[in-house]
Amino acid sequence: MIEIESLTKRYAGTPVVDAVSMTVDPHTIAAIVGTSGSGKTTLLRMINRLVEPSEGVIRIDGKDTREMPAHELRRGIGYAIQGHGLFPHRTVAQNIATVPVLSGWDKARIDAKVDELLELYQLDPQAFRDRYPHELSGGQQQRVGVARALAAEPNILLMDEPFGALDPVIRAKAQDDLMTIQQRFGTTIVLVTHDMEEAIHLGDRIAVMDGGKLLQYAEPAEILANPATDFVETLIGSADRPFRYLSLSALEAVVEDGAAEGEPLPVSATRRDALAELLWSGRNALPVVDAAGAPLGRVTREALLEQAARPAA
Amino acid sequence: MATIDADAGPQVTARQSWFASRVDKLGVVVALLAAIGALVGPFVTFRENRIVLGEARSIATALPVWAAVLLFVVVALAALVALLRTHAMLRLAASLAAVLALALLVGYAAAYLTPEGNSYARISPAWGFWLLVFDFAILTADSLTRLRLPPLARIGVLVLSACALALVIASGSWDQLSIMKEYAGRADTFWQQAGQHVLLAFGSLAAAVVAGVPLGILCHRVPPVRASVLNVLNILQTIPSIALFGILIAPLGWVAANVPGAAAIGVSGIGTAPAFVALFAYSLLPVVANTVVGLAGVPRAANDAARGMGMTDGQRLMRVEFPLAFPVILTGIRIVLVQNIGLATIAALIGGGGFGVFVFQGIGQTAMDLVLLGAVPTVALAFAAAIVLDALIELSNRTGREGASA
Ligand SMILES: Nc1ncnc2c1ncn2[C@@H]1O[C@H](COP(=O)(O)OP(=O)(O)OP(=O)(O)O)[C@@H](O)[C@H]1O
Ligand SMILES: [Mg+2]
Repeated sequence: MIEIESLTKRYAGTPVVDAVSMTVDPHTIAAIVGTSGSGKTTLLRMINRLVEPSEGVIRIDGKDTREMPAHELRRGIGYAIQGHGLFPHRTVAQNIATVPVLSGWDKARIDAKVDELLELYQLDPQAFRDRYPHELSGGQQQRVGVARALAAEPNILLMDEPFGALDPVIRAKAQDDLMTIQQRFGTTIVLVTHDMEEAIHLGDRIAVMDGGKLLQYAEPAEILANPATDFVETLIGSADRPFRYLSLSALEAVVEDGAAEGEPLPVSATRRDALAELLWSGRNALPVVDAAGAPLGRVTREALLEQAARPAA
Repeated sequence: MATIDADAGPQVTARQSWFASRVDKLGVVVALLAAIGALVGPFVTFRENRIVLGEARSIATALPVWAAVLLFVVVALAALVALLRTHAMLRLAASLAAVLALALLVGYAAAYLTPEGNSYARISPAWGFWLLVFDFAILTADSLTRLRLPPLARIGVLVLSACALALVIASGSWDQLSIMKEYAGRADTFWQQAGQHVLLAFGSLAAAVVAGVPLGILCHRVPPVRASVLNVLNILQTIPSIALFGILIAPLGWVAANVPGAAAIGVSGIGTAPAFVALFAYSLLPVVANTVVGLAGVPRAANDAARGMGMTDGQRLMRVEFPLAFPVILTGIRIVLVQNIGLATIAALIGGGGFGVFVFQGIGQTAMDLVLLGAVPTVALAFAAAIVLDALIELSNRTGREGASA
């Protein structure tokens, strides 16, 4: 658990993070969104003390972060820096192995971990292990940067726009992998992003920042339904709001009995995906199947459209 | 009019492009210099003894007919290879053949011209010879550049050349050359002074690295220190070298006389100690400045990531900052080493020894051959040091900074 209490950072008297308080529950993802210069990176870097707060306290699992030496604190916290920050003189494998080496893992364990992470991020270990960062594309560099942050299996992971340079296909894959890892290890993640879509997809809670202030910190559904200020509403994008809202939940609760024609939808699909499929196929209803392919019933346009409406406050 | 102009234009460009496609630009210069060196310049100078004025001998008059013809042919062929656009490998072979022929035949000329049993006569290479050697050295260097040899191969070429030189000397084919006669009379001191020269140049460099790199790190970490340290070193650097050697005599003499044990470890007003200290002082600025520049050039993101990963300051310095700054620091070391090898000759003025001993003795006795005995090894040493360090810099660059801006 990360507890942030009235945290302020001033540069030359001007606050760039202004009295921010928030709590990130264990094993959850908090997504910080906001425009450029709103203080997202500064807030994130105060958690691992790369920036020392002017005022306020941060506690991790109840312990004030100032109680231990900064480098020890940081070794237990994965950090994917904005714009990758790979060491140019070290190979991909050496970069990823940074924290395990600092923590004194044995060589076999490090090698296995490096290969596992490269494979996870679809970088063939044979081909990429011994390359230098300048021999990678921007997106590959970014994935190596994330792999490096994950290497020591930290309990807490700070990520600063980790997927910015990835194309939509790889980005979606990287996001899903992050969710898988998070669920497998129960990692607590604080993730900075420009992208509302990404925040809604990944975040258990979303923190919206503007001018150093935390405007709203709530679950995605709450933010979509009740944006705290006009700024939050603008950031959500009113045109996309119903679809974003639909994307938050799976089909389960809207499946009804009955049969329908057409390509069946998996029950794990989001409601937005289902609506898109209905609209595109021109049908009023489609069959729904479970993971094994057994029919569960059907989903109708009408039921989905009803779900897209703003929930009653 | 218009039609004539239109006709003339393409012809001119066609001729120009034929010329450009067949003739090598640098080759024109090389061939010209070769012609002057071989046809106009004197090949060797003959003197009755080591200090009288000599008479110039051309290639034709310094060598027996067969040798003169051989030399002309080799030089002409090499010049032709240089003049035309030819493969870099062929150019290298031609230039090396020319240098080798010159080296062997100048020795042969000395043996040929020395009267039987006369040990006073002195035969030394004259400016025609030096021009030819210089000319083909340029061609060698140019063809090596065109071959784009990897760093280790360049060091290999250097070692081979040194071996070839050693073979030529060992074979005795230069024994009748004046410079070798000067050497023969002082073989013992020569190697002793060579050792002293190397000790001064490399020792002061080592001391400068040991002191300068930490000082550079300090300057990098503590900005107020940087300005003052670099200013002081800049001032040191502007003191003329002879003056600096002189300035040190008084304080070191005082130290030797007043600090117990100082004299016992070799500190004194003249001799090795002030020479060493002066070279050390000159070396400090390039080492410190390049350390500062190198550290400042480490990408911010790399430093940031290092801290974010939980490296301590020491770990960050050794694992990230230092390796990334290393090529720049090495460049500073290269500057210092080449500079020190040259400057160490001046140490002889205050009794510090080194190759300068021969240079200044030679000047005192107006014996140019003796001056050369000091100067030629100094130049060769500096040249070799530059090649080795350039290769090392390139090697260290390979993995490092290329990616720094990415
Ligand atoms: N070391 C510093 N000294 C002075 N001002 C700083 C410093 N670091 C950041 N700032 C200022 O603080 C503000 C917030 O910066 P921060 O990097 O946290 O923004 P951000 O939300 O991460 O922006 P982006 O989305 O562009 O990355 C900016 O106005 C920036 O100029
Ligand atoms: Mg940022």
